[in-house]
Amino acid sequence: MRSDAVVLAVAFGYLALLFVIAAWADRRAEQGRSLIGSPTVYALSIAVYCTAWTFYGSVGRAAEYGPSFLLIYLGPTLVMLVGPMLIRKMVRIARAQRITSIADFISARYGKSDGLGALVALIALLGITPYIALQLKAITLSHAILTQYPAPAAETLVDAGFWTDKSFWVALVLAVFIILFGTRHLDASERHEGMVAAIAFESLVKLVAFLAVGMFTLFMLYDGPGDLFARAAAHPELAQALSLERVPGGALGWVGMLVLATLAFLTLPRQFQVLVVENVDEGHIRRASWLFPLYLLVINLFVIPVALAGVLLGDTALSPDSFVLTLPLAAGLDGLPLLVFIGGLSAATGMMIVETIALSTMVSNHLVMPLLLRSSRMRPGSRLARGRGELTGWLLGIRRVAIVLILLLGYLYHALIGDAYSLVTIGLVSFAAAAQFAPAMLVGLYWRGATRSGAACALIAGIMVWAYTLLLPGFAQSGWLDMALLSDGPAGIRWLRPYALFGLEGWDIYTHSLFWSLLANIGALIGVSLFTRQSRLEQTQAALFTEALHSELIHRTPLWQGQTTQGELRELLSRYLGTPATLRVLAEEEHQTGDADAARPASPTLVARAERALAGALGNASARVLINSVVRGEALDLDAVLSILDTTSQTLEYNRRLKQKSQELTTISEELRAANERLRELDRLKDEFVAMVSHELRTPLTSIRAFAEILRDSHGLPEEKRRHFLDVVVHESQRLSRLIEEILDLARLESGRLTLHPERLDLATLARRGVDAVQRVQEERGVQLEVKIPDSPAMVIGDPDRLEQVIINLLDNASKFAADEDGRVRLALERHKRHYRLSVEDNGPGIGEDDRERVFEKFHQLERQGESDAPARGRPRGSGLGLPISRGIVAHLGGRLWVEEAPTLGGACLIMELPQAPAEAAALGAAASGDE
Amino acid sequence: MTPRRHARLLALAGLALLLFSPPLLLLFDRPAVYGLSWLPLYLFLAWAGVIGVAAWLLERPDSERREEPRRHEK
Repeated sequence: MRSDAVVLAVAFGYLALLFVIAAWADRRAEQGRSLIGSPTVYALSIAVYCTAWTFYGSVGRAAEYGPSFLLIYLGPTLVMLVGPMLIRKMVRIARAQRITSIADFISARYGKSDGLGALVALIALLGITPYIALQLKAITLSHAILTQYPAPAAETLVDAGFWTDKSFWVALVLAVFIILFGTRHLDASERHEGMVAAIAFESLVKLVAFLAVGMFTLFMLYDGPGDLFARAAAHPELAQALSLERVPGGALGWVGMLVLATLAFLTLPRQFQVLVVENVDEGHIRRASWLFPLYLLVINLFVIPVALAGVLLGDTALSPDSFVLTLPLAAGLDGLPLLVFIGGLSAATGMMIVETIALSTMVSNHLVMPLLLRSSRMRPGSRLARGRGELTGWLLGIRRVAIVLILLLGYLYHALIGDAYSLVTIGLVSFAAAAQFAPAMLVGLYWRGATRSGAACALIAGIMVWAYTLLLPGFAQSGWLDMALLSDGPAGIRWLRPYALFGLEGWDIYTHSLFWSLLANIGALIGVSLFTRQSRLEQTQAALFTEALHSELIHRTPLWQGQTTQGELRELLSRYLGTPATLRVLAEEEHQTGDADAARPASPTLVARAERALAGALGNASARVLINSVVRGEALDLDAVLSILDTTSQTLEYNRRLKQKSQELTTISEELRAANERLRELDRLKDEFVAMVSHELRTPLTSIRAFAEILRDSHGLPEEKRRHFLDVVVHESQRLSRLIEEILDLARLESGRLTLHPERLDLATLARRGVDAVQRVQEERGVQLEVKIPDSPAMVIGDPDRLEQVIINLLDNASKFAADEDGRVRLALERHKRHYRLSVEDNGPGIGEDDRERVFEKFHQLERQGESDAPARGRPRGSGLGLPISRGIVAHLGGRLWVEEAPTLGGACLIMELPQAPAEAAALGAAASGDE
Repeated sequence: MTPRRHARLLALAGLALLLFSPPLLLLFDRPAVYGLSWLPLYLFLAWAGVIGVAAWLLERPDSERREEPRRHEK
């Protein structure tokens, strides 16, 4: 099963499958049914971050350095958390400016500088090629282990020719794949649908393969995690395996590695490619922001178990970097190791594909093209530049050659030097190189003042320090340089030792290098930027980058002033982009103007579109050079752009403030309106009240006066009648004085001058007394009174006279509103939690939901249906003051009074709630204080 | 994306940074029952927690967009 033929067949069969998937995805894209238009595919494509280094190296790192392997994944998690802000900004810029790579991004930010682009491309080439070599090395090693186990994987490379090395052929197949699916379009800013689909698929494969090994280790080799961890703990070598002590550099090394992983995740060319260039839809970032970290978490779940199991296995497990393979192999399995091999292969190939595309774009657009453009033969104006479309072939050709060369370079590195380093070392050295892009990129995104000279100095300083502190020592350890360089420093100068620069000792080498290189890098960026000036193009680009999330307007505003003709533009475009693409760019313009006269001047919009189209294919710097070669006069009105940008951001700010202000104003005016309405309502009620009060006062007065006059004028009245008249007078004056008393009460309540005399009293007794007082009147009115009062005392704190007044008022009120026929009123007293509730309900029409609070408004009187016949039944109208007064009194005593639906009788139910009186001693105190 | 959601995400990233770095880390670097350090378990749990909160923040419907008009009505 593990014979060479089978392994080869499976491996190349897998690669063939990638071709099929990519071709299928491209076909779908042509039909307009894109496969990759989903946030999940986007997240999976970002997982190209997990290379063979993750697949094999994580376990190795966990076995040797404890939990530090996790840092490589915690850093990206941090980046993804701010992805909806940071990555969205980068994506938006990339789309607006047709950015093709990180070199293009940095060059565009600093005034479309071709020097800066070339610098970034060179650094990337220098730093990343070893990383590609690392993938090839992983393939060779895993293949050797798979076919030769249990014999240790002999380094066949040195003895045999390269043609026996499988990774050479894998690299060749990949070159074909990348040429087929990575250079379909000349426009490198366009998505590579087929490639992304294949990458997403590979991410799934490596995840499944790694999880399979993990499950196998945990549940087949051992009886679950408990068993494994118990045995590992018993193993003397592993006692400290998972603690921070194992991490190189301890806590400091930990932080250094976290920073390194965070920065590298953003700046590795392949990550920039999948995160920014291949992003189809800004909205996908949102889902990927948590889905991708989740992927990282899941793929790392079993790293520690596998590492522990590998160490427990002892010598048969070979080197820690190969535990993933040797564990199932040692158990005598055949199928699983093959799956693992495919998983590792997918991790390695995925990385190589994306990295090579990114690097080849950089090499062709930023290293080769600028040189070609400078050589006179290629100048657009030169007579030697031949037929149209010819340069298109050139461009794609350059890119294809670059792809083959990069892979070949990676292979050479692997074959000649690779053995000197372990997997992890190469990976981290590459990370540290890529991290040097971070300051120029991130600071440039948020600080407008960063200048081109600053960025160039920063990159150079950073990469020099990196080379001195990581690359040179690596060479020394490989035996090409004297080891004395490390121990004694160059020429015996001790404070220049590469691993302890300026005497900074005791740090792990990566944190040490990262610290010094970033110090030089950021220092140069800020320092030089503060003392250099930006050209106007730089200023514009800086503003466009920093304001990217606000200034969409700018990209649509054509600000070209230079003069050129459509013919010249057409010639330029067709030479570099080919006829079909040129027609696409020009089509819209011709559609608008209706003719394609070569001598017509080109509109500013057309010139802008042409530059964007060129930028997508050649990079911003070259596109700018080309456009300037045909446009006469100042091509871009930079002052206008700058002033618009400034105005735009200012306008936005004003806009925001205005909006806020107007919102506040709206709220305030609404509040005012409500208050006004309320005041009007009160005013109306007051008017009504005054009218009503005078009416109420006049009625008894009138009858008193009338009867008094009769008594005065008619002397011959019989005694009986006289007596009756006098009774009426007395009765009416009583009513008058009661009304006046109520008005006075209300006035006192309102002004807070109402004096209460709270004491401990029994609410039950009080309620009975109230019932007795009204019973006779109620009977006269034909209202039946039901009483339900418990025998036990209900002690509350209150003023007995006032409370009785309230109870009588409630009963009186209820009887007024009880049904005309068979009127019933029910009084009940019950305990509710720490309160007593006295409820009075009637069987009248009830009170509507909206009116329930209004009955407590002073001067409010409910319209009672059939009002006219009420006096006939001897039920006087209320003054409208009883309930407000009652509520005031109850509130003064710390209770509540409100209206509810009557539970038994179906009419209205008024409920008075008073807190239960505290125990005796406390009661006295409460009474005393209540007296004040 | 509303500014409030941005602020929440930023705060979450800050929290994650705090959780993933010393000195909080040192609190968990102790031997557990079996003698191995708690550290990896802590890291995985904190990591999963952060991802969970991020997913919750990012996936729920944009609450502000719905709340905004309601606030205006008042």
